[in-house]
Parts: sequence; structure tokens; C-alpha cells
Amino acid sequence: MSDTLIKTIFGRLTLESFPIHEPIVLATFVVVALGGVALLLALTYFKLWGYLWKEWFTSVDHKKIGIMYMVLGLVMLLRGFADAIMMRLQQAMAFGANEGYLNAHHFDQIFTAHGVIMIFFVAMPFVTGLMNYVVPLQIGARDVSFPFLNNFSFWMTAAGAVIVMASLFVGEFARTGWLAMAPLSGLDYSPDVGVDYYIWALQVAGVGTLLSGVNLLATIVKMRAPGMTMMKMPVFTWSALVTNVLIVAAFPVLTAVLAMLSLDRYVGTNFFTNTGGGNPMMYVNMIWIWGHPEVYILILPAFGIFSEVVSTFSGKRLFGYTSMIYALIVICILAYLVWLHHFFTMGSGASVNSFFGITTMIISIPTGAKIFNWLFTMYKGRIRFELPMMWSIAFMLTFVIGGMTGVLLAVPPADFVLHNSLFLIAHFHNVIIGGVLFGLFAGINYWWPKAFGFKLDKKWGLVSFWCWVVGFWVAFTPLYILGLMGVTRRLRHFDDPSLQIWFIIAGIGAAIIAVGIAAFLIQIFVSVRNREQLRDFTGDPWDGRSLEWATSSPPPEYNFAFTPVIHDLDAWYDMKSREAARPTTGFRDIHMPKSTGAGVILAGLSAVIAMAMIWYIWWLAILGFVGLLVVAIGHTFNYDRDFHIPAEEVTRVENLRTQALAARG
Amino acid sequence: MSADTHAAGPGHDAHGHGDHGGAPHGTRRSYLTGFGLSVLLTAIPFALVMGNFIANTQVVIGICMALALVQIVVHMIYFLHMNSKSESGWTLMALIFTIIIVVIALAGTLWVMFHMNLNMMPGMEMPGGM
Amino acid sequence: MATTMTETTPPGTEAPAFWDLDPHEHPPGASTMLGFWLYLMSDCLIFAMLFAAWGVYGAAYAGGPTPKELFDLKLVAVNTAMLLLSSITYGFAMISSDEKRQGAVLGWLAATGLFGAAFLAIELYEFSHLLHEGAGPQRSAFLSAFFTLVGTHGLHVTFGLIWLVTLMVQVARRGLEPANLRRLQCLSLFWHFLDVIWIGVFTFVYLLGVMR
Repeated sequence: MSDTLIKTIFGRLTLESFPIHEPIVLATFVVVALGGVALLLALTYFKLWGYLWKEWFTSVDHKKIGIMYMVLGLVMLLRGFADAIMMRLQQAMAFGANEGYLNAHHFDQIFTAHGVIMIFFVAMPFVTGLMNYVVPLQIGARDVSFPFLNNFSFWMTAAGAVIVMASLFVGEFARTGWLAMAPLSGLDYSPDVGVDYYIWALQVAGVGTLLSGVNLLATIVKMRAPGMTMMKMPVFTWSALVTNVLIVAAFPVLTAVLAMLSLDRYVGTNFFTNTGGGNPMMYVNMIWIWGHPEVYILILPAFGIFSEVVSTFSGKRLFGYTSMIYALIVICILAYLVWLHHFFTMGSGASVNSFFGITTMIISIPTGAKIFNWLFTMYKGRIRFELPMMWSIAFMLTFVIGGMTGVLLAVPPADFVLHNSLFLIAHFHNVIIGGVLFGLFAGINYWWPKAFGFKLDKKWGLVSFWCWVVGFWVAFTPLYILGLMGVTRRLRHFDDPSLQIWFIIAGIGAAIIAVGIAAFLIQIFVSVRNREQLRDFTGDPWDGRSLEWATSSPPPEYNFAFTPVIHDLDAWYDMKSREAARPTTGFRDIHMPKSTGAGVILAGLSAVIAMAMIWYIWWLAILGFVGLLVVAIGHTFNYDRDFHIPAEEVTRVENLRTQALAARG
Repeated sequence: MSADTHAAGPGHDAHGHGDHGGAPHGTRRSYLTGFGLSVLLTAIPFALVMGNFIANTQVVIGICMALALVQIVVHMIYFLHMNSKSESGWTLMALIFTIIIVVIALAGTLWVMFHMNLNMMPGMEMPGGM
Repeated sequence: MATTMTETTPPGTEAPAFWDLDPHEHPPGASTMLGFWLYLMSDCLIFAMLFAAWGVYGAAYAGGPTPKELFDLKLVAVNTAMLLLSSITYGFAMISSDEKRQGAVLGWLAATGLFGAAFLAIELYEFSHLLHEGAGPQRSAFLSAFFTLVGTHGLHVTFGLIWLVTLMVQVARRGLEPANLRRLQCLSLFWHFLDVIWIGVFTFVYLLGVMR
């Protein structure tokens, strides 16, 4: 075959694209491949393919989609954390004559992949997953507004994750840092496929994120149970509302700026180039217009979780509900007024820097108000130190310190000293781990019994908890110190041997966190094994206050046989205290959406298009696009999208629950 | 689609907690009014720029931008049927929020980039003629 | 709504209904219009960033041609007229759908499609003309921003046309049933939204561009 023919067929994909010369990557590949083959064989052996396809992959049930998001987040957490451990090990080793074990090419990909994966494919799926699972239950709805779109959104996110993972074994990932700043991410400095992997993974996943944002917004606005006015909405639902407003209003900016970057790379436009009138500073400006709201997209749901958890385990109504809501709304607007604090040092001058420094400091006021509200909720409460509450308290202690270092960084002169230093790294891990991740663990421990019908094991949960909290501080306190000494981020090798001890301590901290992650996996395993002892028969294991606890654990497919009517903010607490009887007769047919495979197919085609674009395989990209269009249009010709669960089936399920409740007295 | 007794027109809302129906409808007269206005609001700026009736370009720019703003409002009302009642005001609220964000992002970007270029690229004229 | 810590009504007072025992069937698609509007708002932000790029790069000619040399306002005026006409014909399609006149709906949709196609044809002619003169998107940041903003709008019109044709087939096959009426309304929003964007384009890009 001629060279041109091969090039036409395979684009720039050649045998050299497979990193067989990198022993670390090769070993990883072998392990992943063996694990993958074992998983596939196990699924085939136990004949699970049909079950997975019918009950999960094609399901439009918001609960199942929520759980799939959580699984995706967990898998990607392991990948992202592997990157973290590799970086910590390299930095603890590479001093003086010792070059460490990672070459620069590999190290740069690792810190980029770590950031991209942890934000887009760990934190985002976790947050979206929890919102997906909990919000419809909390507002007394049977599903989200657009169930098919929900399934499609999940698979687009998953497709993005697959594209990132593919870069590990085919070609390479970006070496630009997690925001792929121009002009480094331009064709002149990054001619290989790394940045293209980055762009397409984020664009594909971004479609999913945006659509799930629209979906949840419409759900919260339109599907609330009768009587649930805006100010009777649970705080987690409120935080989900504000989060999704931020998603819908921020992700298009990312889409636009990445589209311009790809035009620079594919078409040769001059947006962010150094020549032809282009301006790389514009890239920095635009990506942070998305980037700062993104921070709040991650943390606000965590705030919502803490509000639910603190109120439940203090046995009290949340203190300052109204101020909580106003704080959320204020943060929502202010989130768009602070983006420049990420590049104070780029040279916008005193007036601009002052403005953005002050807005940044102002944003700490509503955040601080929330902390006080949680403290006042706990005040004089009967606090139960269950796992979710432990995570919440650890959050309050950890996050406040992270917030204060943030206010410190908001002072432009201080930022000139600390910009791009390890102090910054310590700060944002302080708020993301101490805020988002602790919140997610609180949420997972809190809602797990709702999702699966049994609690998580407390002993292993405590092991995980203490390892995470202690490990976090051991890992990141040294980075604060190093940052104050002026050590910058993303360095592969150091000359000053006096710094090494700090990196070794940080490495030990990372190892402790690794134990925490392992303990979390063991916690899940042990809990599944001991599920009969941990079983929740009531549907309300924590003496909860909001509506998700009014139905069984796990909830039936239709969530509520009858739609609840809301009279009070803590709707389920209100029902319990007024002894509202659960209806046991008179069930009716329930109208539900049908499962469909269209979401999987569309997302699969999107991944194919993305891979073809990354490797310049134009014929495949065109083919994939035509396929995408045909499937999408074909799907709109399917008008038969609903079915009814017959009343007899509802009666059967509800009778089982009546018996279970009666058996417990 | 469910063949229930509520199979009335689109936007029928059986929930009954205050939600107004779906999108409001225009009449032939309202569409024609909107069309007439937008033709006028398009023709004037084109005529001003193409005919060079006013020598002062600043004034022309100002008029063009003002007319564009008015025309956007006309389209919103007569073609997109924007009002404070549809979807209990949620569409209008979404629109207002979007406008706020658009203004922040646009004005902020121009402001930031003007200063960036001024400080970091001396000798280069600020694109956009600011 | 105040932050008072009022306890719930004490037990003993007559409890109101806590379950909706006589539910109405949820009409499918009650959220569709709102959801689609929210999507349009997000699209609006994509365009906002493209306008921001235009604002920043609009005079970055890099020694290349300027708007005054490139833009043909007569062509733009004709183009704008096409889009405005397509808007009013779509409006008539909506009125016909209110009156349940399927044939009229299809006729007006076809007219809308023709005007939309004319708009696209003129735009493609303009683009090819610019490329022919060596004023492609690679020439300068000004032209990059121009082609991206106007091209993205054109791409939206293209998808609108594909949608329009699909919908015409669906209306012809299944008539003006609720799902199709909903889709007609969504496309109406989409089509008129593109109009609004175009107001920004012809004002800020073309008219203000040639006055630089």
C-alpha cells in the first residue's frame, strides 16, 4: 500500500503511537488489559451482559443513572489518584543527581491528566450523580423532566472519560497543565495529539454536563410536588438548582473557548497564536470565565449535602434556611465577577486587579455565613456522630483554613508572591478535598442506605475517614510551607536538597490517603457482605427530614406511589410528627418513560468522531457524523416513549413494603 | 403519548400549582406588527451607514447600537412571545439572568483585555478601537 | 418564609392531606418549552463569547484587509431580509398550527425553509468570495473572529433547516398532534432566537465594522 493510502486510512495513527517503549505505561496497560479481559469474561460467564444492557445502560431511571455516575466517578478517582501518587513519588525522589523515575514527557502528562480527571471525571460525575439520585426524590417527583436526555448525558460524560483513558495507551495526553493554556496548547508548541485528546474529551463530556444541567433545572422548576414552594425546597435541592444554573451559564463558555482553540489547531485561525493578530491572554481570560464558576459548581452541592447532614444528625431544623438560600444566590452571581483573580500577575494593572481582588474577598462573606449557620444548627442539638456527620465536622475545620488561605491569595500583592507556587496547590486541594470530596463522602455515607437498602459499615468507614483527614493534612501542610518558601508547581526535579524532607512528608501523606481510599473500597465490600445485618427496613435509617426518606430503601422504580403534598420545609419530618398515614390502597397505573439504547449509541458515535478527529482520520469522522445525525433524527421518529406500570404491580410492591413496615412494628 | 382526558393543547398543565401554560401564542396581527417594526429597525441603520447621511460616525454608531437593542426587544416580544407570565415567569427570569451574565462576560472581557494589551503589549493598538 | 424556628403544627390538630390520592395524569412534555428555553440561554452564552472575541479581535487586521475593503453591505442587507422573511413565514406557520390547518403549516414551513436556504446560499457565496480574495480565517485574528461568529450562526441555521425538514415529514405523517405541536414551538423559539443573534451580527460585525 502506498503511504498516502495508509495516511488516508489511519490519519496520523502509526505503530509508534502506541507507547511500547515506555515501560511504566506498558506495565499499566498490561494490568488494565488483564483486568479488563477478566471483567469482560466474568460478565460473559455470569451472563450479565443482557442484564446490564436492559436494566442499567439503557435505563432512563434517574436513580440508576445516578448510581452509574457514581461508579464512573469512583473508577476515575482511582486513575486520578494513581497519577497523584506517581507525582508525589517522583517529587520525593528527584533531588540533585537523582532524576527520579519519570521523564519530563511523562511527568507533564501525569500532572495534566491528574487535574483534568479529578475535576471533570471524578468531581463532576460524583456531584451530578448525587444530584441525579437525590433531587427528584427530594421534590417528590417520579423522574427528571427529560429522562432520555439524562441517560444520554451520562453516556456523553462516560465517553469523555473513555477518550481520556484511551490517551494513556494510544498516543499521549496533553502536557500543558489542566487548562491547556495558550500558546503552549497551540499547534506550534504542542503539535502532537495530546491537546486534541484534551479538547475532544472535554467537548464530548461537556455536552453531557450541559444537558444534564438543563435537565435538572427544568426538573426542579417544573416537577416539584404540590405545596413545595421555592422556600419550602430542601437545601440540597436549592444548591442543586443554583449549581445547575451555574452549569448552564458557564459550560457554554468552555465550549466556545475550546472550539476556538481547536480552530487554531485544525483550521489555522489566529485566536490565541502569537502572530496574525492573535492574543494568548484572551484564552486565559476566557477559560477562567468558565473556570471560576466551575469551582462553585463543585462546592455548592457539597454545601447542600452538609446542610442536610448537619440538620439531620443534630435533630434540628437547619438554622437560617433563608440566609442559606440567599447566600447561594449571592455566590451564584459573584462567581461570575471574580475570574481575574486567577491571573492577577498577567498584567492587567492596578484598577482591574483591585476590582477583582475585592469581589473575591466579598465572596467569602456568604460562604462564612453558611459556616455559621451550620455551627448554629449544631448548637444545642442532639448530635449523632454517624459517618456523614463526622465528614461534615472535618469539612468545617478543614475548609475554613482552605477558605482563609484563599482570601490571602485574593490580595493581589500577596498573589504576586504566591502565584503558581505550591501554596496555591495546597490552597485549592484544601478546598476541593476538604470541601468537595469530604462532602461527597458525607453524601455517599448518608444516601447509600437509600440507594441500596443497607447502611455502610461504620468501622471501615471510620478507618477511611481518619486516613483521609490525617493524610490530607500530612500531604498538604508541607506544600503550604514549600509554597511560602517560593517553590513553584509542576516541577519534576529539584536542586536544593533541604527541600526534600517536605516532599517526603507530603509523599507519606499521599500514602495515608491511599489507605483511606482502600478502606473506602473495603467498606463497600464489607457492607455488601454484611448487608443483612446493616439492612434498613424503614426507608428512614437516619431519622431524616426531607422527602427522600418517605419512600422505601431502595425506592421503587416510580419513587412514590402517590405524590406527596408538602406543608412544611422539612416535609418528611412534618409528616412523621403529624403521624401522616402512608396510603395502602387505591393505587393507580403509573405513567413512566421507556428505556432506550439511543443514548448509548449516540455517545458511542460521538466518541468515534472524537477519536477520528484526534487522529486526523477524516473519513471516519465524516462517517461518524453522518451516523450521529441519522441516529439522532431516527430517534425523533420514535413517538412511543412511555408505558404504564399497572396498578396491580404498584399494589404488589406497596403491599410488600406495608408488610415489611408492619414486621418491624 | 398518553391518551388521557387531559390531552388538550400543548402547554396544558395539570399540576395546578400556579404554573401558567406553556409558550403563549402570537396572533397574525402581532406577528405582522413585529415584522413591520423589525423591517423598519433594520432598514434605518443600513440606510444610515450605506447612505452616509450623518457625518459623525460616533453618532451613527450610537444610533445603530440603540436600534439594535430596540429590535432585539421587539423580536423578544413579538416573535419569542417573551412576557412575565409564561412558565410562571421562569423564562423571563432565565433571560434576565443570562443578560446579566452576558453583560458581565462581554464588558469584563473588553475591560480586562484593554488593560492587558495596554500594559503588556505596548505599541500595539487595542483592537476594538477602545 | 422567615428564618423562625417554628415547630410544625402540634399533633392533635387535624392533619391536612399529605398524599395526592387523586392524581392527574402528568401531561408528557410539560417541561419541554422551559427546558428548550434554558438550552437557548446556554447557546446565547456561546454567542456571547464569540461576540467577545469579535470585540477583542475586530481590529486585529495583522496588516491584512479591513472590513471596509471586504464587506458588501448590499449583500448583507439582502441576507438580513431573507432571515426576516423566514421569521414572519414561520410565524404564519405557528398561527396555522393554532388553527389546526396542517396543509397551511406545511406550506409556511416550506416557505421558511426556502428563505433559510437562500440566506445560507448568500452567506456561502460571501464566504467563498472572501476566501477567493485571500481573506480566509487564517489571514488575521479579525477574520478568524469574523468567520467563527458568522459561521457559527450559519451552522445553527443549517441545523435549523435539517430540523425543519425532519419536522415537516413528521407533521405530514402524524399530523398536528401534541408532540409535533411542541416541536413546532421549540423550532419556533430556535428560529427566532437565531434572528436575534443576527441582529447583533449585522449591527456589530457588518455595520459597525465598515465604520471603523
